[in-house]
Amino acid sequence: MEATVLPFVEGLLGSIWPTVRPVWPLIWTLLKIVLILAPLLLTVAYLTFWERKIIGWMQVRIGPNRVGPWGLLQPIADGLKLFLKEVIFPTASDKKLFVLGPIMAIAPALAAWAVIPFSPGWALANVDAGVLYLLAVSSVGVYGIIIAGWASNSKYPFFGAMRASAQMISYEVSMGLGLITVLMVSSSLNLTEIVGAQSKGMFAGMGVGFLSWNWLPLLPMFAVYLISGVAETNRAPFDVVEGESEIVAGHMVEYSGMSFAMFFLAEYANMILISAMVSVFFLGGWLSPIGFLPDGFHWMAAKMAAILFFFLWIRATFPRYRYDQIMRLGWKVFVPLTLVWILVVGVWMMSPLTIWK
Amino acid sequence: MEFKTVLFYIFSAVTVVAALRVITARNPVHAALFLVLAFFNVAALWMLLQAEFLALALVMVYVGAVMVLFLFVVMMLDINIERIRQGFWNNLPLGGLVGLLMVGEMAAVLSGRYFGLANLPPQNMPANYSNTKELARLLYTDYAYPFEIASVILLVAIIAAVMLTLRRRKDNKAMHSSDQIAVKAKDRMRLVKMAPEVDPPAAAAKEGDQA
Repeated sequence: MEATVLPFVEGLLGSIWPTVRPVWPLIWTLLKIVLILAPLLLTVAYLTFWERKIIGWMQVRIGPNRVGPWGLLQPIADGLKLFLKEVIFPTASDKKLFVLGPIMAIAPALAAWAVIPFSPGWALANVDAGVLYLLAVSSVGVYGIIIAGWASNSKYPFFGAMRASAQMISYEVSMGLGLITVLMVSSSLNLTEIVGAQSKGMFAGMGVGFLSWNWLPLLPMFAVYLISGVAETNRAPFDVVEGESEIVAGHMVEYSGMSFAMFFLAEYANMILISAMVSVFFLGGWLSPIGFLPDGFHWMAAKMAAILFFFLWIRATFPRYRYDQIMRLGWKVFVPLTLVWILVVGVWMMSPLTIWK
Repeated sequence: MEFKTVLFYIFSAVTVVAALRVITARNPVHAALFLVLAFFNVAALWMLLQAEFLALALVMVYVGAVMVLFLFVVMMLDINIERIRQGFWNNLPLGGLVGLLMVGEMAAVLSGRYFGLANLPPQNMPANYSNTKELARLLYTDYAYPFEIASVILLVAIIAAVMLTLRRRKDNKAMHSSDQIAVKAKDRMRLVKMAPEVDPPAAAAKEGDQA
């Protein structure tokens, strides 16, 4: 993408281009960061609106429809309101960590986007260890919740923090193990190459590419990864971390105004991140499902939207898991299942029946 | 000065300050969080050395899992830092000696035959050189058996730790999901037909009149 922009910028700046040239990589990277984060934050805002609408329709309500046409300005109004509210510091809280909590929650949620490829060559950093980077950064996200829960110096936030740390660590295990099969069949840690590996195969040759994507041969892992993703973002039905009926709002109880909004932003940014990761790892990223249609970012956006709809759908459908059931599902169902499937895929790849060459 | 050098000095300075704060911070939770910061900066330093796999594994394992569990415990304990510090001056000579010994040993090893500057691998690898791939190739071919033995030892340690702390309580009322799902209606309630044990009271017939 840089090659197409560069001549245009050179022409625009004319004589001052030589002075800009040394810092151009910095400008270009910052520009790309803005190009990723600005649509992301806009998507976060409208995902909250979409969620309220979807759940409203599923519960035979109308949902927000007062602010702007069809209620479309609702997220803007919500954001403005949160922005103008006072940030209250509890007297007995640990002030520095109280501020650090929301920052630690949102920073990894945004930083992880650095390696997500949106289209061939459209990634902020097309690094070889992209999957490792994603795993490392997403494992840092739990600190925001723990720090917030402890710094609030209050019972419910602390319960929330304890639940979050146990739950997120448990499901990271099954997520990581589920990814191992993806790495095995695509023999790369680079996200662009993982998508590329899904464009080859028997079905792709026949023009029905969507049967060549990883979701079909790795179907159990696809299910495990998707469900673990829901648990990892602490969304319903795994939302015991916030559990309104038990611990009010968990780690967010003592937060108000913008500091609360940052947790909110982080949760939705993480949801979108999980949907992007699922579409890259299992649903062929930007690849088109049918041979004669062109590949492109619109396919990835469509896949992400479908997964996000799944997130909202199950929130409106399922009752909350009990805490011991969450732990049981993570450790006694998902981890053994992933371990067995790693073995199955390993044997499959080495057998003459292999479909990955 | 190269930009990388500037980064190196920033990361090392933060690492040293954070490591110092780990042992000087009064609050154990703060100390643990400073340790996280130190880990993070060491990972960044390793990244500068083009050891991206080790750097990311450090963040993933130590920052993402070990320190979270550590914080989990530290936050729930009410640690009295004053009482821990009581024996500081008594233990200082022994502790200092051990510390000096460790510094001396590390200096001897690092400046020695194997880890001297001259023995380091060349820094400028080709652009497509993958640290992860090289490490994996070594681990799963040349060092396959030591690697497998190490992982089995770790597995044994996990099982041992679980078995040592596991105690089945007799009064535990936890339900098993599989039992709950497998339950049939006749397990819960049984209808039996039987003759009345006692004769119905004769007065019952007149009850309607009294009311």
